[in-house]
Amino acid sequence: MELALAQETVARWQFGITTVYHFLFVPLTISLAFLVAGLQTAWVRTGRDKYFKSTRFWGKLFLINVAMGVATGIVQEFQFGMNWSAYSKFVGDVFGAPLAMEALLAFFFESTFIGLWIFGWDKLPRKIHLACIWLVAIGTFLSAYFILAANSWMQHPVGYEINEATGRAELNDIAAVLFQKTTLVVVFHTLTAAFLTGGAFIVGIAAYQLRRTSKAAKEATEPDTPGRIATMRTSLRLGLVTVVIAGLGTAVSGDALAKVMYEQQPMKMAAAEALWETEESAPFSLFAYGDVAEGRNSVEIEIPGLLSYLAKGNFDDAVPGISSVEALEKAKYGDLAEDYKPSIPTAYWSFRWMIGFGMASFAIGLVGLWLTRKKRWLADGKRRGEDEVPLLMLTPNRELGPALNTWAWRLAVLTMGFPLVANSFGWIFTEMGRQPWTVFGLMTTADAVSPGVSVAEQITSLSVFTALYAVLAVVEVKLLVKYAKAGPVDEQPPPEVPSLRGPAADEDADRPMTFAY
Amino acid sequence: MELHDIWFALIAVLWIGYFFLEGFDFGVGILTKLLARDEAERRVLINTVGPVWDGNEVWLLTAGGATFAAFPAWYATLFSGFYLPLLAILVCLIVRVVAFEYRGKREDARWKRNWEHALFWTSLLPAFLWGVAFANIVHGVKIDAEGEYAGTVLDLLNPYALLGGLVTLALFTFHGAVFAALKTRGDIRDRARTLAARAGLATAGLALVFLLWTQGSGGNVRSLVALVLTVVALLGALAANQRAREGWAFALSGVTVAGAVAMLFLALYPDVMPSSLDTAWSLTVSNASSSAYTLTVMTWVAAIMTPVVLLYQGWTYWVFRKRIGVEHIPA
Repeated sequence: MELALAQETVARWQFGITTVYHFLFVPLTISLAFLVAGLQTAWVRTGRDKYFKSTRFWGKLFLINVAMGVATGIVQEFQFGMNWSAYSKFVGDVFGAPLAMEALLAFFFESTFIGLWIFGWDKLPRKIHLACIWLVAIGTFLSAYFILAANSWMQHPVGYEINEATGRAELNDIAAVLFQKTTLVVVFHTLTAAFLTGGAFIVGIAAYQLRRTSKAAKEATEPDTPGRIATMRTSLRLGLVTVVIAGLGTAVSGDALAKVMYEQQPMKMAAAEALWETEESAPFSLFAYGDVAEGRNSVEIEIPGLLSYLAKGNFDDAVPGISSVEALEKAKYGDLAEDYKPSIPTAYWSFRWMIGFGMASFAIGLVGLWLTRKKRWLADGKRRGEDEVPLLMLTPNRELGPALNTWAWRLAVLTMGFPLVANSFGWIFTEMGRQPWTVFGLMTTADAVSPGVSVAEQITSLSVFTALYAVLAVVEVKLLVKYAKAGPVDEQPPPEVPSLRGPAADEDADRPMTFAY
Repeated sequence: MELHDIWFALIAVLWIGYFFLEGFDFGVGILTKLLARDEAERRVLINTVGPVWDGNEVWLLTAGGATFAAFPAWYATLFSGFYLPLLAILVCLIVRVVAFEYRGKREDARWKRNWEHALFWTSLLPAFLWGVAFANIVHGVKIDAEGEYAGTVLDLLNPYALLGGLVTLALFTFHGAVFAALKTRGDIRDRARTLAARAGLATAGLALVFLLWTQGSGGNVRSLVALVLTVVALLGALAANQRAREGWAFALSGVTVAGAVAMLFLALYPDVMPSSLDTAWSLTVSNASSSAYTLTVMTWVAAIMTPVVLLYQGWTYWVFRKRIGVEHIPA
């Protein structure tokens, strides 16, 4: 028993580390694919230099990020078999299908067209080249969809029956798996969060670039890349708008998801609130200090009735507490698991960190959008041209004071990291909040591990991945910082390729490639 | 013929696609140390697969995903049983992706050299380990009554399996050299052909022993046909390479890869993972497969999507059909 426990623990740590790490790159990949595609569309349609430079600049950062997403994604598919073979056997019939679909429909799309996009600048007609990045973006969306459908099935299994002879779950309705409410709401929530992440990433780097300009102007240092400010100014606005729209979407979808979860996994939501006893007109706890795990808080800030509203759409309804849900689950599942409670402090705090960090970047986006608003809303003399750094304007006539001004730019840079924290805690909450189940109501996590794999093997694997990921994180961040600091490059678009047959003139045959590894 | 037989064939096709495509990727990665004389030549080689290696690797993810969906028990036993070799392969594939993408991202000689070392080793090791893994699958491993792997990692390193590893290593190096000869121009192209001839001869020697061993220990008439096809294709590829008919040489080295993988799967069928402890404990196409419903759904998806994937991946190769020489490498 002791050994089995250790095995489960190591396997869970590996899954947690590799998944949270992988998911640092996923939302950036999804949203930047769409945003770069949008910028390139603007360039192809208008031919304006700032859109070309934006496409190239954000495209480069996008690719640095994609490499890590792809690399860390490989592990995800295989570790189900490696560490969770009992799980794989039990659910492969249902769970394997969306995974295989993801590979066939989405991975091929992404990886084939990304190669065409990277190397195709001077080999494809502009519109076809543009279509490639859109196909990459669609591929990332489909990929997210299928994997979230698979995860939603673990949260709320549907469209299956248990085969009595083999004891395995068997699929009997693929549409139910792909289109159940949990899947749809989770996809909505994850995608909006992805755009919040990408938007904040752009805001952070663009703010850094603009901020550096105003400092450099005072010190008159090296010559600037032409069009850099216009490029970054447009990017900043694009990022801010994305953050605000996506932030709203994340809140709305998060609310919808909470209501779905109150229905499907009341324990997870009770744990999120550390709500021990069922309460009518339950309050929403903003902050608690004390022993959250035991439901005794010495300091607590609450908003009365809000929890009832969030859970049930009504300020007075009763919200089930941990004790009553546990009694229900004990009656239903007997002694499948020793304990039907997840870790309450983890659920309580990760839920708050998720909302807190997500909404902080939303708020920063909202304020930023106001401070950098359009020229016609500003007084004469306070307007700045397209190739100048915008003033941060409180009212049509008044700028932010120097200290506030400095902090506004700093916060804009910092906000880059906020959604990454929020995303991580979101997954930690949703996965740890489901415990002790791996498939809710069907299979416990303890029963899911590979019986034939030794703890030594698992620890080897866990250490190797952790060390490798740590090294790669350093490499990746250094590269991102290098390219983000360098800013857009002074370059001209490659000559228009007339047709798919390639460049018109033969002398092009010996021209160096536009891009090469 | 039932659905699970069709899926066995489909999974064989996915692995053939993977080894055909990533086979030459691995080969090209190995050549960066064997063939290239300087930085420019290394970049020529890397860029012959530059636009396509990522798409090629997805064949592995698809083969893995399809095995999960169609034969969950096979997927579970294989990946938990071959735990450490698979871990090594995964680490290589991760580092390899990053090596491709990050090598040129800094103008620093040491940085580039480190990623080049990484690219070489992370191409070489999987090229060897995949052979070890497949040889073990075909040969049979210690699978107990519960369908769990009961052996140790040392059991996987038996002579037959190690020979299998050398075969794939030599074969992929050959396949990669033939591909490099087809995709480059200038001096490096001629040297690639010379190297292909040597690697091809080594492959022929190793493969003949390995395939005959396979045929002798668990072969059947169908696997014999595949064996003959493989050997003929390999000899044809060598002959075409000798005459500098690079297109033919590549097509035939591709058939060699396909034939060899097909032979292993034909020798395996109807088992998917035979048990060396008791044949009653072997995983077979029928006891390891998913329900008929899942297989039907997946058949529709595969039947529609596989041709589409082949079409657009094929188109990628057409777009980047031009040979690359050192003169094409930007500063």
